[in-house]
Amino acid sequence: MTAARLARESGYTKMDAFSPMPVEGLSEAIGYRNKQMPFLMLLGGLTGGSLGIFGQWYASAQSYPLNIGGRPYFSWPMFIVPTFEMTILFAALTGVFGMIILNGLPKPYHSIFNTPGFDRASSDRFFLAIESRDPKFDNEGTRQFMEGLSAVRVSAVAK
Amino acid sequence: MVDQPLDRNVGLKAPAQHEPTGHMNGRRPHDETFDIIGPGHDLETVTEQVIGVVLKDRIRIGWVIFLGFSLALLAMLGVAVSYVLVMGVGVWGINKTVGWGFDIINFVWWIGIGHAGTLISAILLLVHQNWRTSINRFAEAMTIFAVMCAGLFPLLHLGRHQYFYWLAPLPNTMGLWPQFRSPLEWDFFAVSTYFTVSALFWYIGLIPDLATLRDRAQNRTLKILYGMAALGWRGSNQHWHRYMAVYLILAGISTPLVLSVHSTISFDFAFGIVPGWHTTIFPPYFVAGAVFAGFAMVLMLAIPLRHIYGLKDLITMRHLENCAKVMLATGLMVVYGYFMEVFTAYYSGNIYERYMQFTSRMGTGPYAWAYWSLIFCNGVAPQILWFKKYRTNLTCLFVVSIVVSIGMWLERFVIIVVSLSRDYLPSSWALYQPTMWDWALYVGTFGLFLTLFLLFVRALPSIAVAEMRELVHHESHHGAHNGAHGGHLTHDPHGNTIEDRDHTGGTKEAFSGSA
Repeated sequence: MTAARLARESGYTKMDAFSPMPVEGLSEAIGYRNKQMPFLMLLGGLTGGSLGIFGQWYASAQSYPLNIGGRPYFSWPMFIVPTFEMTILFAALTGVFGMIILNGLPKPYHSIFNTPGFDRASSDRFFLAIESRDPKFDNEGTRQFMEGLSAVRVSAVAK
Repeated sequence: MVDQPLDRNVGLKAPAQHEPTGHMNGRRPHDETFDIIGPGHDLETVTEQVIGVVLKDRIRIGWVIFLGFSLALLAMLGVAVSYVLVMGVGVWGINKTVGWGFDIINFVWWIGIGHAGTLISAILLLVHQNWRTSINRFAEAMTIFAVMCAGLFPLLHLGRHQYFYWLAPLPNTMGLWPQFRSPLEWDFFAVSTYFTVSALFWYIGLIPDLATLRDRAQNRTLKILYGMAALGWRGSNQHWHRYMAVYLILAGISTPLVLSVHSTISFDFAFGIVPGWHTTIFPPYFVAGAVFAGFAMVLMLAIPLRHIYGLKDLITMRHLENCAKVMLATGLMVVYGYFMEVFTAYYSGNIYERYMQFTSRMGTGPYAWAYWSLIFCNGVAPQILWFKKYRTNLTCLFVVSIVVSIGMWLERFVIIVVSLSRDYLPSSWALYQPTMWDWALYVGTFGLFLTLFLLFVRALPSIAVAEMRELVHHESHHGAHNGAHGGHLTHDPHGNTIEDRDHTGGTKEAFSGSA
């Protein structure tokens, strides 16, 4: 995390860290901010809920109204449960598939997998990558900077 | 990790070094601990221990025998389902008076068992109970498999199975819609949503662990299979960021979902006017009963699982004891429900309600044995868990869990069969006798459940490894550094390398990219 913060303070912007578990505060250290997932899920939930209540209104009051002793066609208290379930269902589907799509997955191959030892990014090693499209990137300078970060190993990865 | 050479072979350890999992720091694998996790664990050892069960453990003869037994039960289920599909539900013991029998009892029982998994994975996550971490994965698997078993029964109960899709609000040539005002239709929405959300929650929890399996599998076919399932997860910080947001919100929305599912199921009864059903206590009482039965099932699965696969360091006595405490607490809520049923029947002054409670259930009714057995199983037997000595005795815990499972099944039997058999009109009273097909279906679902669970234990990590790493990291970081936040660079005693010890047990590697 210190490395990420130092890299950012040195002016690098296009970088990413790889870790075997979520690390609290790492996003802030890297300068990555994003609130899109909660917003997307809220949107999904609202869509599902509206679909639920309007669907039931359409079926019970418009498409096939049944007059049972003069009771109201749109008896909304009886429609709460399916509406609620639709809200949850749509929010969950939007969240999971939204997360997968926005993360660019599935992506079985990525050049980062060529990094020596990267298979341990899913066990016990932490990696910091500075991309070559970073404006401050130059091969030697970046390498020296990273070696200065007390890294175990610095490797160059071809795109 | 300091002593490891940098060019260490980063793959798997040599098998000779490995032996059965659970050997570290000279501790014997049979030592019990009351901590959340056994001592001496770091990121590598938890990963190795859990993943080892999948990738390296030999096929055990006991597992094969048990799987064979489960497959035999599954085959019986196949026969029973086919027979019911061909002959119709007339082969069951239901009659004109008691129209709901084993099918609905088993449906409610199985789905209730599932609820403990969601409680552990969602509610305990939200309230920061970090002891949930090592039991949530297999409890979630239990949820999914239990809901699959549960879902079978209402589908068969429909009678005209070929029209099952009429439950869904699909436009059709008859211009008809499902009856949205019926709790039975709500069940369709609740259970299908519950299944879908549970499966999604389980799968996204699995993605980082599937990536670990991919990176550690030596067999190429396995590597490709796990790699496909892991979707190319690479642990990128941006990915984790979105992932954690979704995971937390899913936990947040699963919480009201799980409460709604069993409440909706209780509406199937509470919305009816049958004596013994028409009470407002039903939704909370059903939810408490579901969690009660579910934790019993969690214990019945956890006790053998940790024993056979040497996971006593990860699923510790602390976990089992906490599960026992939850069982005790929810058991008392269920007992409160029984008292309220007695009180409501008495206080209502309604002769039918009083007759149902005091004569049919508790008195001289033909099924009074079921009522008193359930009071013993759910009300009396779990009280032994007040004592730590018995709460931490695995045999005792296992037996109590079985007794509770039987008790919760009997509870649904009493609610459904006793109430229906003694309706308002004495001339239509009838008794219910399950047939061999009822039993074959019920016992057969155990085959489905156990087969899926046995395959799950060998194919996927039964403990959420990424979450365990987070726990280890958190414990050691905040334990050892006493709450020191942020990283600090430490000089190696030998003076030639500097390591980032920010992340305990992990060593930072860095690299630069070139186009």
